[in-house]
Amino acid sequence: MTSTYAVLSEGLEKRFGEVHALRGLDLAVAEGTVCGVLGPNGAGKTTAVRLLTTLLRPDAGSARVAGHDLVREAAAVRRRIAVTGQETSIDVDLTGRQNLRLFGRLHRVRGPAGRTEELLDRFGLTEAADRPAATYSGGMRRRLDLAASLIRRPDVLFLDEPTTGLDPASRTAIRHVVRGLADEGTTVLLTTQYLEEADRLADDIALVDRGRVAHTGSPAQLKALVGAHAEVVVTDADVLAAAAGVLDRLTGAQPSFDRERNAVGAVSTDPTLTLPVLVRALDAAGVPLLDVSLRPPTLDDVFLRLTETGGTETTETETTAAGTAGEVKERAA
Amino acid sequence: MSMLAYDGTAMLGRQLLRMRNNPGLLILTQTMPVSMLLFFGYVFGSALAMPGEAYRSFLVPGLLVATAAGGVMTGMFQAAQDTHRGVANRLRTLPMSRAAVPLGQAAADVVVTAAGTVPFLLVGLAVGWRVEGGPLRAAGALGLLLLFRFACTWAGMYLGLLTRNEEAAGQLGGATFLLPLLSSAYIPAGGLPGWLRTVAEWNPISAVATALRDLFGNAPVPDGAAWPVAHPVAGSLLWCAVLLGVFVPLAVRRYAHGER
Repeated sequence: MTSTYAVLSEGLEKRFGEVHALRGLDLAVAEGTVCGVLGPNGAGKTTAVRLLTTLLRPDAGSARVAGHDLVREAAAVRRRIAVTGQETSIDVDLTGRQNLRLFGRLHRVRGPAGRTEELLDRFGLTEAADRPAATYSGGMRRRLDLAASLIRRPDVLFLDEPTTGLDPASRTAIRHVVRGLADEGTTVLLTTQYLEEADRLADDIALVDRGRVAHTGSPAQLKALVGAHAEVVVTDADVLAAAAGVLDRLTGAQPSFDRERNAVGAVSTDPTLTLPVLVRALDAAGVPLLDVSLRPPTLDDVFLRLTETGGTETTETETTAAGTAGEVKERAA
Repeated sequence: MSMLAYDGTAMLGRQLLRMRNNPGLLILTQTMPVSMLLFFGYVFGSALAMPGEAYRSFLVPGLLVATAAGGVMTGMFQAAQDTHRGVANRLRTLPMSRAAVPLGQAAADVVVTAAGTVPFLLVGLAVGWRVEGGPLRAAGALGLLLLFRFACTWAGMYLGLLTRNEEAAGQLGGATFLLPLLSSAYIPAGGLPGWLRTVAEWNPISAVATALRDLFGNAPVPDGAAWPVAHPVAGSLLWCAVLLGVFVPLAVRRYAHGER
């Protein structure tokens, strides 16, 4: 390979009629790392994956994937990559075993039968191996899909929202596999809506917004930029302003109100601002508290802070909040 | 070319496995022409001017061709299904021959059609149909039938890649059921009123059905018909060449390019 980047794109653009899905995507993923591409629906994540896996042709810009030019050497790129998309892409009329053997053959794997058994075992599908994939649960299908992508070990693995819509157990299983692959030296590019997921898996995060990379950095860097979200719920609407005054003083950030719940929140990037500090300050100001929370940044916060799209994606933030809550439980368990 | 053969064989194997996994569907599609032969042969046959057995002999090649034209429907449905289910996209990211997917599918379709022809012709023999033109000509008839099926499947796959949607393809595919009705598959086109007769005679199904009847020796080539029916074997070969010449490049291109 000529570069130390497994994926290197410059100014990738893609239009679908009126929709400008990618407006100059610059992405650099170092070999052997996991890159989390994070962004709301419609940010261009899936389009980026489809371009980088040769499914779509860019309108402008260029990219090298696994050392080969995406457009001129598409066949060489295909020999080195594997993709698992958002929707399952296995043949559900075939059994799990038949699927893996078929893709093994098409990938020119030597001895596809042995590799098939190995993967069935690794993904916990041995028992269901002779049932048509149509009878599998969502999680099982996704695992089979991922197994099909690994039938020949790819240099670069693309995962488009690999855990979206899965139960916690399947999610954990898939994350475990991704981490394992990265440790074995496979470069992984994964898109996700879950900050928590990117946080756990990714070495680097590229924040995509409106068809461009808005921010890049390690999860820690990104979190430090975004900060924690402090929220105060008071007993009475009259004292909301007083609570907001305290938050403003402590965080220096613009407070946001949720008047229906008598709540006010603000983002803090100050690592010394802890829950006791916050409670003491509010108490000293004589604010009658009902609830105080200081929680790690959610994707909601990331987008409010670092992108223009911000909070306009309400459905997005809802799913993200649900996802984050799921993560916490999962970790506690 | 060896890549095309290797991947095409793998895709052929895939289609055959799918059918083996779902034998019910296979049996259903194979029973359809048999039940049509019995219904048409005995219900319509009793109402037509032609004697029943003569009509059934006329009908057997016609139904074979009408069933082969159903390749438009299966091709369409399977291509749309693969696209809809994301299988087509996964295959597009593999280091395999682009043309292998439609080729393998069309080849599998021909294999299944060939297998399905055997029980159908056995029922045909039972209801009075006979090979009356010698084994070589009969083999030619079967070859022509499979070639026509192959061409129809390619047309269907292209249309399926255009619609992309399984349900839309299913509905539109159902409409292909009408195509044999506007041909001489079930009735002699000679009795149709002027313009309808022209339409029917330029329907490729008519040319192939007439060619099969001629080669099996079941019915003579009608007098004064349009060119493809008046020269049914040449006409059929030409129709197949046209269908393949148009739809093979279109389907391969469409398949390789996907949505880009």
